[in-house]
Amino acid sequence: MKRIKLEHLKALYRRISETRALYLPVRSAGKTNFAFWTEDAEADLDTLKTVKSPKDAFFPQSETLYTCRREGQKLHVEPEELANQDFVVFGMKACDVQGVRVLDQVFLKDPVDSFYAARRQHGTIVSLACHAPEETCFCKVFQIDCAAPAGDVAAWIAAEYLYWQPQTEKGEALTELVSDLLEDAETAPVDAEQAAIRAMVEQLPYSHLSLEGWNGNATEEKFDSPLWEQLYKPCLACGTCTFVCPTCQCYDIKDYDTGKGVQRYRCWDSCMYSDFTMMAAANSRTSQMQRFRQRFMHKLVYFPANNDGMYSCVGCGRCVEKCPAHLNIVKVIKAFGKEDP
Amino acid sequence: MQELIDRAKALLEDGTVRRVLGWKTGDLPYDPEPAYFETPESLKDFVYNGFCGANLSKYMIEASKLEGRTLVCLKPCDTYSFNQLLAEHRVDRDKAYILGVGCKGKLSMEKIKAAGIKGIRSVSGAELTDPAETLFFDTLYGKAEMPYRDAMLERCHVCRGKTHAVYDALIGDSKDTTDADRFDEVRRIEALSPEEKFAFFQKELSKCIRCNACRNVCPACSCRQCVFDSAKFDSAQKANADSFEEKMFHIIRAFDVAGRCTDCGECSRVCPQGIPLHLFNRKFIKDINELYGDYQAGADPTAKAPLTSFTLDDAEPNIVAERG
Repeated sequence: MKRIKLEHLKALYRRISETRALYLPVRSAGKTNFAFWTEDAEADLDTLKTVKSPKDAFFPQSETLYTCRREGQKLHVEPEELANQDFVVFGMKACDVQGVRVLDQVFLKDPVDSFYAARRQHGTIVSLACHAPEETCFCKVFQIDCAAPAGDVAAWIAAEYLYWQPQTEKGEALTELVSDLLEDAETAPVDAEQAAIRAMVEQLPYSHLSLEGWNGNATEEKFDSPLWEQLYKPCLACGTCTFVCPTCQCYDIKDYDTGKGVQRYRCWDSCMYSDFTMMAAANSRTSQMQRFRQRFMHKLVYFPANNDGMYSCVGCGRCVEKCPAHLNIVKVIKAFGKEDP
Repeated sequence: MQELIDRAKALLEDGTVRRVLGWKTGDLPYDPEPAYFETPESLKDFVYNGFCGANLSKYMIEASKLEGRTLVCLKPCDTYSFNQLLAEHRVDRDKAYILGVGCKGKLSMEKIKAAGIKGIRSVSGAELTDPAETLFFDTLYGKAEMPYRDAMLERCHVCRGKTHAVYDALIGDSKDTTDADRFDEVRRIEALSPEEKFAFFQKELSKCIRCNACRNVCPACSCRQCVFDSAKFDSAQKANADSFEEKMFHIIRAFDVAGRCTDCGECSRVCPQGIPLHLFNRKFIKDINELYGDYQAGADPTAKAPLTSFTLDDAEPNIVAERG
């Protein structure tokens, strides 16, 4: 176990930034989101939840895939270069790290998504335990321990120190890079911090939410439930829940007319949007109820069916906080729970 | 609130209305959701308190297509939106029974959390019958309290009054919450240099994630299909293709609702990134007031709107050059 004084974190950020890009929670215009560190950036490790999850680090909201350029009669196709520089994502919470594992299931399985794979290869995750979990958190429901986050390096903040524990080879390499800034530490303060976090998690109102009945075999029973017709009603069909979500992975591919050619890019899609999965022939989902149902069926039924029972919700609670109509996955799970007492 | 439930129940029972559009008790102490109630029994879950910020007038577009009348609970500011939708023939007055509900200012969870109040287990002081002076919280991290005023949505500080512009019946007390001038912030930005203005909006708008919550919640954005959702145009994007586009989306939207925006403030309430989107609309409202005389969209559904009617006294286009 290593440690560094919180007041020296800037030196740590600076050191990492010398050789690799550093992506961490930065406060700007009143909100905290993951962004690249610069000398002027206001790093913010106090905010429990960034508005957007850090999934952008591996799966950006928008990225160019290739560019077509026309020169006279010739057409040049230039594939976008894959990520080839090492980078560090600092301060990811346990739920968000699990979110990356969910994305791995999608993008690293055959056929491998080369853009995502390159970022995963070059990215090192420094996770941070949740000092003060809140009432909207429910990671425990998905067996995530926010007191012992996964990641290449795990970190904890206790008193005036940040404690640092490498957990993988990549983590060891990063530790080596910053070793002169770290000092050896006892594990006792971290043990105490973990015990305090776990005690708080036990008290969170959603920590004991039951997922009974939600699994890969529940497709027909859940899909045909009349409850969806009631549950979707207040939905505004905006994409907030999907865009703040650490596991939503659907994307669309679009062309941007550059004037001299076309830039083909992909961007996050949202199952809440009317043209979601629209094909040349027709749209497979024609009503908002169907689109709303898709989001929850995907996370709690289809995904576990195809990924050995792994849910594609990690309980970060961002949708709970951000839905303009106060709809969320917890309310859906509870509504079904009431149906069969 | 019991009075409100009893009234709704009576109107459902005597057949005056077929359903009630209000808010349903949430799961947390502060997350009531807009909901339809179709039976008197279901009203046990009805709630109306300081956290019911959602403007239900836009839901009346869909409710107007249903059979029978819908009782809709509208706060004073919401009634302007309803009137504007009426003027645009998007809602049917005969299908609505408007229960004008009192308002003591609506609350912002963003502000409450920003004050450091977290792990909320219960809240008191947010009921309509409360004096709306102080909010008390029981949290996982101890007791906390904050002045009601400090937790109010921005729009409530510049409330244009607690009079309902349209209603069939009124219920519940209101409280004046105005303590700021609606155009102060606009004036502050007007006084900035072009570079400072650009920097301000760049910083704010670069947070935009294109979730479309502002558009979808907006009662003035009621096009059957939005140009930004149409696959026929390059404008149909789910992400900002470049740094200009993130501004373009919001500026186009502001132009589209100019003269029709009632300043209900829903855009800013729902923005997950806390972008003060209302500032665009308020700038237009301020300009309209200055160029054509004071006008409040939705105050009178039969009034001629300044941007859609012509008079010989209208401002000439060169006014733009003169004003800078």
